[in-house]
Amino acid sequence: MAAILDAKGLHKSFGAVVAASDITAEVAPDSVVGLIGTNGAGKTTFINMITGYLKPDRGRIHYEGRDITDLAPRDITRLGICRSFQIPQLYSSLSAYENMLIGLSVVMRNHGVGGFFSRGRPDVPGHGRPAEEVADDLLERFGLAEYRDKNAQVLPGGVRKLLDIALTMAAKPKVLLLDEPTSGVSAEEKFSIMEMIMKAVRAEGVTVLFVEHDMEVVSRFAERVLAFYDGRIIADAPPEVALNDREVRRFVVGGELHRLDEKRDGAHA
Amino acid sequence: MRPDRTPWVLGAILAVLLVVGPFAPLWVVFPVTIAIAKGLVALGLMILLRCGLVSFGQALYYCIGAYTAGMLGRVFELDGVFTLMLAGMAVAAATAYVLGFLLARYRGIFFGLLSLAFSMIFYGLLVKSETLGSTDGFNVLPSTLFGIRPADEWVRYAVLAAASSVAFVAALLVHRYLRTPLGSLAPAIKDNEIRVEYMGASARYAIHVKYVIAAALAGLGGGLAATTVGHIDPEMAYWTVSGEFVFITILAGTGNVIAPFLGALIFEGIRNVAFAVSPNTWQMVLGGALLAVIVFLPNGLWSLFRRGRAA
Ligand SMILES: Nc1ncnc2c1ncn2[C@@H]1O[C@H](COP(=O)(O)OP(=O)(O)OP(=O)(O)O)[C@@H](O)[C@H]1O
Ligand SMILES: [Mg+2]
Repeated sequence: MAAILDAKGLHKSFGAVVAASDITAEVAPDSVVGLIGTNGAGKTTFINMITGYLKPDRGRIHYEGRDITDLAPRDITRLGICRSFQIPQLYSSLSAYENMLIGLSVVMRNHGVGGFFSRGRPDVPGHGRPAEEVADDLLERFGLAEYRDKNAQVLPGGVRKLLDIALTMAAKPKVLLLDEPTSGVSAEEKFSIMEMIMKAVRAEGVTVLFVEHDMEVVSRFAERVLAFYDGRIIADAPPEVALNDREVRRFVVGGELHRLDEKRDGAHA
Repeated sequence: MRPDRTPWVLGAILAVLLVVGPFAPLWVVFPVTIAIAKGLVALGLMILLRCGLVSFGQALYYCIGAYTAGMLGRVFELDGVFTLMLAGMAVAAATAYVLGFLLARYRGIFFGLLSLAFSMIFYGLLVKSETLGSTDGFNVLPSTLFGIRPADEWVRYAVLAAASSVAFVAALLVHRYLRTPLGSLAPAIKDNEIRVEYMGASARYAIHVKYVIAAALAGLGGGLAATTVGHIDPEMAYWTVSGEFVFITILAGTGNVIAPFLGALIFEGIRNVAFAVSPNTWQMVLGGALLAVIVFLPNGLWSLFRRGRAA
């Protein structure tokens, strides 16, 4: 099957730091890809380039056969590539419910629905229901119903992450890039949260790329793994192969174990 | 959902103004009409303030509206009150459309100061231009209503009636606009532009549109002020006038389209009373009033009504 997303030879440097070096990857539609790598390996940079936040110095990105390299983030979003953030980007003075409503109203506007001359409560395109209902439904699906009327500012970290992801679903994305969806959540909770996200997202046939530091979560949910190290992709294979790759064990998994140790030490300190 | 009562309240206010107007003394009709003119400007500022933007130069568009109305009378001998107001609105909006390409790139204090800079440039140009009366400005002909010149004792009322009708329509349209997807984006722009972009909307475009709407309303108010006062001068573009508009907007709060008009009315009221009581220290009274509002009603006077409704 033709790739839905196709990155070729992406290169990006910040001064002396090379954050992406000849990144090439094709993503098949309806697949789930895990992005792994130690801190500073270039995972977020990869997502930033795909979604137009950063422009690569070299290389091209195609989406459904169309070159999107030079498009602005909002245009890429409108085409169906949405993202969540490592640090959730919410409307912090608004409630979770209002956050959803704003997201949905942008979707409506982009489809020319619900403008100045419209009457009644039009359906949100793609959802087939008025925005108020879709908002509650999405909050429900991400387990956020109990936080509906709380200000985004005061929500716990893990909940903010979920709201950030729920917001992306307003636009009915075809490709979803999740930057560390389970960070800030205890190791025990990671699985159930990932389970919930995947259920909500995969029900709609969305292609998912997610960044994750916990290798057990990666092998459980990813069909394929892209391992980043020093701005390069050092492995691109199914999880059972990639996670046993010698280089990956040395530069990524080992690093993650080390990182985990550090965290434990930190917790004791 | 709570039923939307704003259109009904607006309609009731209009009805009261139209019915009571003929019996009201001149010292009431005049400040009320001026309050409507300033309320229109503040209504525009409220739209911007909802996105977290404060224009310190809205007098630019107020003055453009006034001079447009004045020039139409002087050069083309047009004196229809609606024509003058709408012309003021159109010229102000067109100017804002052009300047908006620059201003929509800026946020915070830079947006405020840049808008101030434009108004000061315009003020300077007016002061320099002899043909426009330089610092003295010039007089504006009394206006007509649908081609009829009202008898002298009715002119004030005619202008008030026209002003309140126009303000009614403007407030209704803005109220509706604030509920459209683009209009309701304001708090989102204030909170997080990155998320706005990543939902597929352009914050800059939305701000540009809001800036033009705000200028159109200021132009409308300027055209109205010109016919109401019967005289225009460059002071209308001066920064203290801009400050007055910001003052009214903050005093009123951004909760509802009625708030700016209420704020303007109270502003005019306090100022007239304070001026009558102590001509030298009236600013002190106004300052005290704003201070009290900021301390006790941080969301402006409108929060009084909000609270009443919630209880
Ligand atoms: N905007 C930027 N300006 C300068 N340097 C940057 C910028 N963004 C990323 N970098 C650098 O590029 C490298 C890759 O960063 P990136 O954020 O992509 O890593 P990451 O894999 O997401 O790491 P983490 O797991 O910590 O999120 C790092 O060295 C980082 O310091
Ligand atoms: Mg990262």
